[in-house]
Amino acid sequence: MTTNILPAFIFIIGGLLIPFFKGRAKTVYMLLIPVAGFINLLYIPFGDHFLVGFGEFKLVLLHIDRLSLLFGYIFHIISFITIIYILNFKNDVEYVAGFIYAGAALGAIYAGDLFSFFVFWEMLTIGSVMLIWARKTKAAQSAGFRYLMVHAFGGLVLFAGIVMHFTQTGSLEMLKITLTDASSYLIFFGIGINCAWPILHPWLTDAYPEATIGGTVFLSAFTTKTAVYALARLFPGTEALIWIGVGMAAFPIFYAVIENDLRRVLAYSLINQVGFMVVGIGIGTELAINGACAHAFNDILFKGLLFMSMGAVIYRTGKIKATDLGGLYKSMPWTTLFCCVGAASISAFPLFSGFVSKSMVMEAAAEGSHLVGQGSYVIVWLVLLFASAGVFHHAGIKIPFFAFFGHDSGLRVKEAPKNMLIAMGIAAFLCIFIGVYPKPLYSILPFQVDYHPYSIFHVLSQTELLFFSALAFTLLLLAGIYPSEIRALNVDSDWIYRKLGKTLYNTFDKVLNPLNTFCESIVMAVASSTARFFKDAGAKISLFVAVNFWLLAGYRDKRLEIKKQRLYNDILQGTLPAGIGAAVAITFVVLVYVLT
Amino acid sequence: MFDDPQNVKRLLKIFFSSVIFLLILDIVYIFLSNAHVIHRHVNYKWEEFWGFYAFFGFVACVILVLVSKYVLRPLVKRKEDYYDN
Repeated sequence: MTTNILPAFIFIIGGLLIPFFKGRAKTVYMLLIPVAGFINLLYIPFGDHFLVGFGEFKLVLLHIDRLSLLFGYIFHIISFITIIYILNFKNDVEYVAGFIYAGAALGAIYAGDLFSFFVFWEMLTIGSVMLIWARKTKAAQSAGFRYLMVHAFGGLVLFAGIVMHFTQTGSLEMLKITLTDASSYLIFFGIGINCAWPILHPWLTDAYPEATIGGTVFLSAFTTKTAVYALARLFPGTEALIWIGVGMAAFPIFYAVIENDLRRVLAYSLINQVGFMVVGIGIGTELAINGACAHAFNDILFKGLLFMSMGAVIYRTGKIKATDLGGLYKSMPWTTLFCCVGAASISAFPLFSGFVSKSMVMEAAAEGSHLVGQGSYVIVWLVLLFASAGVFHHAGIKIPFFAFFGHDSGLRVKEAPKNMLIAMGIAAFLCIFIGVYPKPLYSILPFQVDYHPYSIFHVLSQTELLFFSALAFTLLLLAGIYPSEIRALNVDSDWIYRKLGKTLYNTFDKVLNPLNTFCESIVMAVASSTARFFKDAGAKISLFVAVNFWLLAGYRDKRLEIKKQRLYNDILQGTLPAGIGAAVAITFVVLVYVLT
Repeated sequence: MFDDPQNVKRLLKIFFSSVIFLLILDIVYIFLSNAHVIHRHVNYKWEEFWGFYAFFGFVACVILVLVSKYVLRPLVKRKEDYYDN
């Protein structure tokens, strides 16, 4: 039965062999890996494969159903595109890390049990952090380190949840979990960290813009989408997700408006888009889950495309801050065009891919709001509409405008290399293809679809929404109210561990360490003086008693001094006559006897 | 292409007229759907108002920009080397 190969292994083992190839063969080999993986995928029948007994655990390494298949397809497609995109970098570390990362994502989505899911989940972190470190700048190093810390923590939370879940239920199956006890919450939050929920999100906006040019494209596709997949698998219809998703869709757009680093703007809009997916999973109806998955599929393509176009800008100009860029449409017309396709897709313009998927989630929210007890979904719908207008504003207009149009920065560079243009071209083609002809995408969604995006009303209303958002942008810009881009950094919730954590550390360092030294000196002083006291305490007490006797007996001056010295030395050195020692002991016993 | 202010002006003119055109189209649409020439599927009453989406998009973006500029930025803006020392 299992003549097939595990998709994850094709990528991971295939990736590890890359350094052994040279020149043209390497290019061909790398492109063949995702192609071979895709063909392999087409031939795997539905159901569980690669069943492994591991102690008392029953592991399922390959679970194929419609949900995992959908994510598998898009992961293969984006790997293929990204590989083309990074062909000119000639950096084996990046190639290998990219394949391991993509392989880990494939492993996680096909895992049929929680344990193997966790193993691949952790591998994701390793692959991705390599892609960040491969940039080799100081900023990338420290951002990568913070990224690693956050994900190591998230992994631990998830692992604790899985262990507790297993001890309680005795099962590792990837089935729906309801939020009831600690184990379910731990798994929920472990996944939530990778999903970039509000407040848990800053690892994403911190690290993604610091990764290598191709690394960011890889990163934008896998970590958050694997988390979306995991939520769709384990927590569909969990109401908390609706409100978490609403937060994700809403807050990043404010940051995106004032952010200067254009890849960071895209990172914020990535969270915003994942918010739509999380809302869909939270609503949990067939239409909503379909919408979430379709939007994940499209987002991987258009977000990848946008990151690729910004990567091309960095590659040619070495700059990415909006303050340094502008007017590049003259030197990079193709990149400009592809970027605009990505921008139109993320903004959900009719005939572009976002249009056919985002509206499914909104439709599901609207339908839900008419049901009894779900009236609050109206707010969800309104916030999502607000976020739709906002995303056009920052990702749809701001990105192309500040990079390629706007004020002319005077930069005159070459057009992006051919392989980058081909990669962007494929992604752009798919964005338009899906937008114009969504049927193939709908046919691979988890549930049967009866959804028609191209009603006159939908097209007209969406166009109105977008054009008037653009009108707002234009008028604000002409009036000089639009916030000018400034060289600045905007603190986010990573402030908690980057600044507050550091400040706390320094405060503790300044307060607790001197306190520690002070306490230590007191203890030392008490201990040493006690020791000094007890060193000759016996001798001193005896002297005190004896001197009074001697004074009574008439000893004075020199003789008294001699007697004192002799007694003191005798007691310290233990050279008292045995009789005296015995007498003292007996006296002591008698005293005790009398007094008690 | 956009170095010539004439071209920018022309582009803006096209844009402003298409915005107005959309609002006119909306009137036509409302008229036709009220006459039951086209079937209209809405989830909420307010979606039927003339220019609801236009108004929402415009106001949403103005609020977004104003809040970002006057509330969020003063709160979170720091020097670029804020975390370095």
